[in-house]
Amino acid sequence: MWFKKTKEPRLQKKVKIPEGLWVKCENCKEIVYRKEIDKNLKVCPKCNYHFRISAKERIKLLADDGSFMEFDADIVPVDPLNFEDTMSYPERIKENQKKSGLQEAVISGEALINGHHVVFAIMDFSFMGGSMGSVVGEKIMRSAEMVLEKKIPLISVASSGGARMQEGIFSLMQMAKVSAVIGRVKDNGIPYISVLADPTFGGVAASFAMLGDIIIAEPRSLIGFAGPRVIEQTMKQQLPDNFQRAEFLLEHGLIDMVVNREDLKETLTKIIGFLS
Amino acid sequence: MRYYLDFEKPIEELELKIEELKRLSDRKDMDITSAVKKLEKKAKELRSEIFSNLSPWQKTLLARHPDRPYTLDYINLLCEDFIELHGDRRFSDDPAIVGGFANINGVTVMIIGHQKGRGTKERIYRNFGQPQPEGYRKALRLMKFAERFKKPIITFIDTPGAYPGIGAEERGQSEAIAMNLMEMSRIKTSIISIVIGEGGSGGALALGVADRIYMLEHSIYSVISPEGCAAILWKKNGDLDSEEFSKAADALRLTAQDLLGFKIIDDIIPEPLGGAHRDPEFAAKKISEVILKSIEDLSNKTPGKLIEERYKRLRRIGSFETLED
Ligand SMILES: [Zn+2]
Repeated sequence: MWFKKTKEPRLQKKVKIPEGLWVKCENCKEIVYRKEIDKNLKVCPKCNYHFRISAKERIKLLADDGSFMEFDADIVPVDPLNFEDTMSYPERIKENQKKSGLQEAVISGEALINGHHVVFAIMDFSFMGGSMGSVVGEKIMRSAEMVLEKKIPLISVASSGGARMQEGIFSLMQMAKVSAVIGRVKDNGIPYISVLADPTFGGVAASFAMLGDIIIAEPRSLIGFAGPRVIEQTMKQQLPDNFQRAEFLLEHGLIDMVVNREDLKETLTKIIGFLS
Repeated sequence: MRYYLDFEKPIEELELKIEELKRLSDRKDMDITSAVKKLEKKAKELRSEIFSNLSPWQKTLLARHPDRPYTLDYINLLCEDFIELHGDRRFSDDPAIVGGFANINGVTVMIIGHQKGRGTKERIYRNFGQPQPEGYRKALRLMKFAERFKKPIITFIDTPGAYPGIGAEERGQSEAIAMNLMEMSRIKTSIISIVIGEGGSGGALALGVADRIYMLEHSIYSVISPEGCAAILWKKNGDLDSEEFSKAADALRLTAQDLLGFKIIDDIIPEPLGGAHRDPEFAAKKISEVILKSIEDLSNKTPGKLIEERYKRLRRIGSFETLED
């Protein structure tokens, strides 16, 4: 959530892919043929920069064709605080639903991944910055309770600025709620794999995302608790190169591996194979 | 010297007047008892008027009042005995979180809390009550320790938030907080949490997964500070003022009274008129009563039942709608 107020160009709008035939890569600044990026799983063919992808694209990437069965598509947010800023929270929700084509910032469901039954909980940054409010918390909790019942692995893909401010204390408490249910998944010997996509911050990083038995990040994803801008302001010093990038977290022992998008499905399959 | 917040200025004027009168009467041997009494009555009325109508932003300021009692102040007032334990056994000892075994009315408990400092030097030493990962890991070590010896755990919450620093990120701030949330949900002994001042976001919650949660009357608990919220909402940095913070504090619904209304907390612990710092003994006594009563209420629950109820408590938190087909 801290993340939202950052104004650094490297953090903003890197997802925005123009309508035209050509796209400028935010990372290497090369102009790339749009179709080439789309064909390449939204990865820059010149520099391996991983553009953000939607939850639906992620499902397509990971789930066997036609195997995904969505859970809890009917849970929608309400406005417990009567929160109003430049627009009311219900208006903001509507705007984001229209813009993203999603009800909320996470899609959950059961699917096959190379024939293995799993439950997915996949976040979408395009819905209010992937922020975790009551609906996200509830859907993740129910996904985890589903794997407790079905005894199949849980795979989450995080992409979030953190907690959803507009739901105040309710959103903060989702951190405890989802962490508690992950504890139950672990107690029951069920594998939980957490994938971190760009970006993963705040209340999402400091709950289910960092609790995976195995934590995988996409290349160069920004991952942390506090946003880089806040840290820079607090410490009044330049941030180290690569700070809060996936590779930085790997180097500091905080995640298991950095995996290219094209290898993600195979890697997940291999891990599930080891654990079943 | 007493520190007065802006909204306390009318009280300050009256209290200065009273002191002045008292000094005069000492010197000149005048009998002004009735005049002083009258003024004192007026000051009390004024205080009760001001303090019964505090805005969320005023409560935020009060929750951060520099004279407000901190964790170690309460430990001194509450406990017959306390032994502080240090270190996370991994990297260092974080002075922004303190903890150790203590006796309250003969009951042995583990007390853990955020610790702010008083005065510039100690404030810096305590890092303004903003923990690093080591603080959370120390807290978890102490909780696991208490669990093995079947001692109830008491946590005091009072932090602006977890420290946003380079080292904190390098050493896994997110992981440290997440781990506490998960582990606290399945600790086998009772946990009682009390927000004594500022409940700042995930850094506060990392000590706040509990069987009973209370807040002092003028404490706050929020997903983000009013300042942080205002900066996001009104998209500017640095030139925000208290009017905007005030609006953000209203919007966030962060007072003890709000949280009781939302059923997130179990009860509110009353503070003395004018806030806990006006009479820390009074506040400590009220806290002690609540702790002892909660320990007793929870004492007959088996570990399994405690954990099940704690889980259910978390499970039901959320505000959403299910669409009809
Ligand atoms: Zn590129």
